[in-house]
Amino acid sequence: MKRHAIVKYAAVAAALSLGLTACGGGSGDAKASGTVRVTLANHVWTEGIKAAIPEFEKSTGLKVELTQLGEDQLSDQYNVKLNAGSDEIDVMMYRPLQEGKAFAKNGYLADLTSKVSQDAGWDWKDYQDGPVKASTADGKVVGVPIITEREVLYYRKDLLQAAGIEVPKTMDELQAAAKAISASSPDTAGFVARTGKSAAVTQFSSFLYSFGGDFTDAGGKSAVSSDAAKQAYAYYGGLIKNYGPKNVSTDMSWPEAMAIFTQGKAAFYTEADSLYKNATDPAKSKVADTVGFAALPAGPAGSKPYNIPSWGLAVNQASTNQDNAWKFIQWATSKERTLAAQKAGVPGPRASVWADPAGTSTYPKDLAEAIAASAKNGVGHDRPEVVTVGKAREIVGGPIVATITGADASAAADTAHAAFQTFLDGEKK
Amino acid sequence: MSVLTPPRSTHSRRAGRPPGARENFSAWANRHRKWLFAAPAMVFVGVLIVFPLAWTLYLSLTDSQGSVRAASEFVGLQNYLTVLSDAERFWPAVGRTLSFTGVALACEVVLGMGIALLLWRPFRGEKWVRVAILMPLVATPVAVGMMWRLIFDPNIGFVNQLLGMVGIPAQPWLSGQDTALGTTIFMDVWQWTPMVVLILLAGLTSLSEEPDEAARMDGANAVQRFFYITLPLMMPTVIVAILLRGIDALKTFDILYATKGKGGGSFHEVETLNVYAYGLSFDYNQYGLSSAVLILFFMIIVGSMWLLTMRKKAVSK
Repeated sequence: MKRHAIVKYAAVAAALSLGLTACGGGSGDAKASGTVRVTLANHVWTEGIKAAIPEFEKSTGLKVELTQLGEDQLSDQYNVKLNAGSDEIDVMMYRPLQEGKAFAKNGYLADLTSKVSQDAGWDWKDYQDGPVKASTADGKVVGVPIITEREVLYYRKDLLQAAGIEVPKTMDELQAAAKAISASSPDTAGFVARTGKSAAVTQFSSFLYSFGGDFTDAGGKSAVSSDAAKQAYAYYGGLIKNYGPKNVSTDMSWPEAMAIFTQGKAAFYTEADSLYKNATDPAKSKVADTVGFAALPAGPAGSKPYNIPSWGLAVNQASTNQDNAWKFIQWATSKERTLAAQKAGVPGPRASVWADPAGTSTYPKDLAEAIAASAKNGVGHDRPEVVTVGKAREIVGGPIVATITGADASAAADTAHAAFQTFLDGEKK
Repeated sequence: MSVLTPPRSTHSRRAGRPPGARENFSAWANRHRKWLFAAPAMVFVGVLIVFPLAWTLYLSLTDSQGSVRAASEFVGLQNYLTVLSDAERFWPAVGRTLSFTGVALACEVVLGMGIALLLWRPFRGEKWVRVAILMPLVATPVAVGMMWRLIFDPNIGFVNQLLGMVGIPAQPWLSGQDTALGTTIFMDVWQWTPMVVLILLAGLTSLSEEPDEAARMDGANAVQRFFYITLPLMMPTVIVAILLRGIDALKTFDILYATKGKGGGSFHEVETLNVYAYGLSFDYNQYGLSSAVLILFFMIIVGSMWLLTMRKKAVSK
């Protein structure tokens, strides 16, 4: 008798557990619900939006569920969730130049072409050409750019003044100035910039363009062993090797390089303008009072910094809530919000905001000038325009770290060229 | 609910009524009770272990890339051939995985044994010392990585400033091509020795005093007593510690990723198999290749586990 009872209990328990595991997979989907699920990266822009979200919720009656992640974690999240075809994300903040092509190819991004042209007041035509091009795939608009970047020269006014040096206008002048300063004060590096194989590629790109090169040629073939590219590798790596910080790490991305500059340990630093607050905010920077900005010095081909949309907003193709997702994007990228973000230190993609004096009112004057100059002659990409950007960056970044550690730039560029061409051939298949 | 009511006695069946569905089920459940009891565990293992493993195995035989939902072709063992003939990334990663595990494990067991012996006998303030020693164990690995990254920073780090005070030139530590792996091993030893101490201490406290006392009576000194009495008696525990810690060390990812990022640094200085597989799937989106690496890695882990278990059996006998 007793045994029978136990067996029955066990059977029920087993059936229940089977049932539960079966149910585990299907979470309740928020079909056309009043909740918009938004995934954003940690950024000054995000802080501004976060503070304004109640305003959006009030005016639309929608609820916003916000997930905020670091850059790398965000990428990993997308890789996992979008790969699985998840509808748990409605609006996603993404990097058009890093992930745009791959996401579009995989069909993760919803086509926004008809949506962007519907609202004349919101005004898609107001967007700068470069950012628009980077947010378009196969003729379809798949994202709305929110943050733009150009590479500018950060420098220390006090050190230049003490050494009697003018702000460098050419690459040769920059090299001479870095040399003079590192020779006169052993504790201060003449120059610092990103050194990580992959991280440095974007900041190196402006040097590459200014020396007359690019990652690929007009026919889509590797161009990283051209004479111009070799000169650029030798110049960028050489500056860091000869006049950079002692014991320089070959893993530096912007936080590490920025830390060296803001600790007062370097005279010149080339970096994205969108990060300028890190150098001018006294809470983060020891050199807040003495930092100056200038356009990227001119190389043999002139001053050609990148001018790119670093982040955009897109709608998940698998989302069942696309109309509300678009409502959120429309609000977050409106002229008013773009102006507010720009005033908080986030350079935006709207021409009207840049034309408005209020748009640059909070920027240091020299930075606003540098940005205006860079926007004029900027190049629309800062990394190879391919699908698997991560791998391409590692390949074309090889000669940068090789040169920093003292290897021959020309030989390293030849090696990278062969690998990059193989990679490009593989992508075409 | 009705299922839960007590079964009717067999008396009613004898009364001529044909057996009902309930009785049938009851009899069936009773016959198969060993399967029914094991079912929850089997389902769990199937869904969470067998399925992912089988899926990875399947992916490793395809050229899946970009998106796992995209069409992929069956390529047989091609991925394995590609991986096994890759002398640039795969084999160095295997070497680093093994040397990282080997060196870290050796240091942890020797240090762990030393500390466990020191903590074995009761002393004043014992509690506090034990708590202090366990501190690194409870810290989260990413925080540990960030902390050591700051301490070992070549320019503004504490270690180089300390070295500077005694006149030793600054070292590159984590940023050096030759020193990075050693530095991460040091971090692993710092964090995981306490766990080895914990296991060994448990083993030591369960040892009986008699053999040690007898040896003492016979005039054996401390070193002799350790090598001829304590260590042989402790061997099963030591092997358990090696087994647990070894598998964990082989799979180390967090501190390597936190200190050197994707690809294990610009020269892949600390790229172990785990870091390599992560890069292949999350950075390059080459799921087929990445799965092949993971399957090979899995075989390495199972292989080393098997070797150690064999050893343990030999010792226990």
